[in-house]
Amino acid sequence: MRKGMSEDNGPDIGKYTLKAEKHDAKDLPEIEDKYKQAFLDVGYDPQGAERSGSFLQVDHSVLCSKVMQEGVEIMSTTDALEKYSWLSDYWWHAVAPGKDVYTQQVDRKQTHGYFLRTLPGVKTTYPLQSCLFIGQEGLSQNVHNIVIAEEGSELHIITGCSVAEKVRSALHLGVSEFYVKKNAKITFTMIHNWAPEVEVRPRSGIIVEENGVFIGNYVCLDPVKDLQMYPVTYCKKNARATSQSIIYASKDSKIDIGSKMVLSGENSRAQIISRVVAADHADVTARGILIGSAPNVKAHLECIGLMLSDTARIYSVPELEATVKDAELSHEAAVGRISEEEIAYLTARGLSEEEAAGAIVRGFLNVDIEGLPAALGAQVRQMIRMSAEALE
Amino acid sequence: MLEIRSLDLEVDGRPVLKDLNLTIKEGESHVLLGPNGSGKTSLLLGILGFPKYKVTGGSIIFKGEDITGLSTAERVKLGMGIAFQHPPVIRGIKLGEMVDLCKGDTSQQITQETRTLAKKLHFSDEFLERDVNAGFSGGEIKRSEIMQLMAQDPDFVMLDEPDSGVDIENMELIGDMIGELLHRRIRPSKRTASGLIITHLATITNYIEVDWAHVMLNGMIACSGNPNRIISDIMKGGYGKCVRECQKTMDRI
Repeated sequence: MRKGMSEDNGPDIGKYTLKAEKHDAKDLPEIEDKYKQAFLDVGYDPQGAERSGSFLQVDHSVLCSKVMQEGVEIMSTTDALEKYSWLSDYWWHAVAPGKDVYTQQVDRKQTHGYFLRTLPGVKTTYPLQSCLFIGQEGLSQNVHNIVIAEEGSELHIITGCSVAEKVRSALHLGVSEFYVKKNAKITFTMIHNWAPEVEVRPRSGIIVEENGVFIGNYVCLDPVKDLQMYPVTYCKKNARATSQSIIYASKDSKIDIGSKMVLSGENSRAQIISRVVAADHADVTARGILIGSAPNVKAHLECIGLMLSDTARIYSVPELEATVKDAELSHEAAVGRISEEEIAYLTARGLSEEEAAGAIVRGFLNVDIEGLPAALGAQVRQMIRMSAEALE
Repeated sequence: MLEIRSLDLEVDGRPVLKDLNLTIKEGESHVLLGPNGSGKTSLLLGILGFPKYKVTGGSIIFKGEDITGLSTAERVKLGMGIAFQHPPVIRGIKLGEMVDLCKGDTSQQITQETRTLAKKLHFSDEFLERDVNAGFSGGEIKRSEIMQLMAQDPDFVMLDEPDSGVDIENMELIGDMIGELLHRRIRPSKRTASGLIITHLATITNYIEVDWAHVMLNGMIACSGNPNRIISDIMKGGYGKCVRECQKTMDRI
């Protein structure tokens, strides 16, 4: 067990209820209207403009699973299990059900989740959007998601997780299993917008087959009580994987994030990039591990932290493990404060010190998100920018 | 425009300027020469009011106002601007956005006006998308700094070695742009912008004419006078000889 990853300190599942009020599809217009802003903040557009499909789950009710492009499938995993007997080959295949108490809980008491799939050769024109939303105080939402890009297909997803403004405390458990088939590509951009008393335990596994590409982006700029996740990506021959995280941790947030890349196929490539800002009393652990176990693999890890407070903490843990002589693994980790020289430079252009510090923090979080379709990339940048504008 | 009276300046408790006096009138451009470590850059940053540069004596009067206690941003708002010699890289802020910031535009959209200005400085639209100073060459840094100044359009322009490490082609463009900033291309009576230029080898004076030259030694202005004479003295006999020659004439005055 890694330091700081002890389950004993994690959320107490028993504290939360599994009893959720049932929402009906006929309530959808009312719900969309009520939570419109919250949905938009995490990239979910109820209008579904420029989307290849939409999935919306509020509490334990799947309210929308709409397909807008042929060759794309969107439904709840509960429905998918009934429809496809072969799905058992993918169920708990990239994540082990007995991994920890949270995966066990999702295994025993699953409350839907999404199934997204592109058929062979299909490329999504627009991204698919999904949103997992908690509207009920004290609820435990236990989703199990499956995402499959069949051979030669391309699947872009923007997904948001959020809670209603009135919700203070809730638990979100999410198991996500991704399968990128031969020559396929998935980009997965996840935006979290929790509340100061919400606890979150995503558990993800990603299998990238030969020549496949997986790009995962994670954005979390609002306070959360306790969030821990550590997706594991397995790269087969010639596969490419990227994980980028953009975190602004404030108030009493406790965040433990990271990625593990297992390069088990020859000539596979991976990179992990994280940008972490810690303010107020936030406590952030930023991990990353690269494991090179096949010839000619190459991977890089870049983990940069910015401290804004004397009562915050950033604990950065980059790890490299090579088991073959031809593995090329590297890392770069740094934690620092806002540079006085940079502030002075901006004040010389007429900004006040406060404005300069704000611009530098926004710039720090403004990471180029590679591999997304241009329109989606621009939208995600715009969302990060708007959230960053609202900071402090 | 600028009047510095008996200025004492400290950096981290170490005195860097002693009893320094300097007056720059409206429309005048001055060059500041002197060996490394003589305090030239400290003077510029002191005038600009960087927090690390503490005034321990004397005062700085700008446009008739005592600005000794004002912050850098306040001084800039009054009409000061600077081109740095070694500006820092700022991640995530694009050069184009920075130019807009100089005009007080915080929309983070690169404006058409900025694109037009960039062309004048031989920057492409793509270059404006790069993070400020990240991987810029020496010449690119100079041009980028001058472009930011042109967007700011200050009345008092400070330039820290705009001519060091610049190839001849860039130098001509830089000379042109500085000439424009300092109103050197219009009749003396119409000039309202003033300038103070640090130059190591006085290369810039081949491109623009200036009104005064000063030599700094050990945190003091050791001599001042006609730029042609001072520069030729330095070229012939170094700073020491120049200062000795200069002081003879100054004594006579």
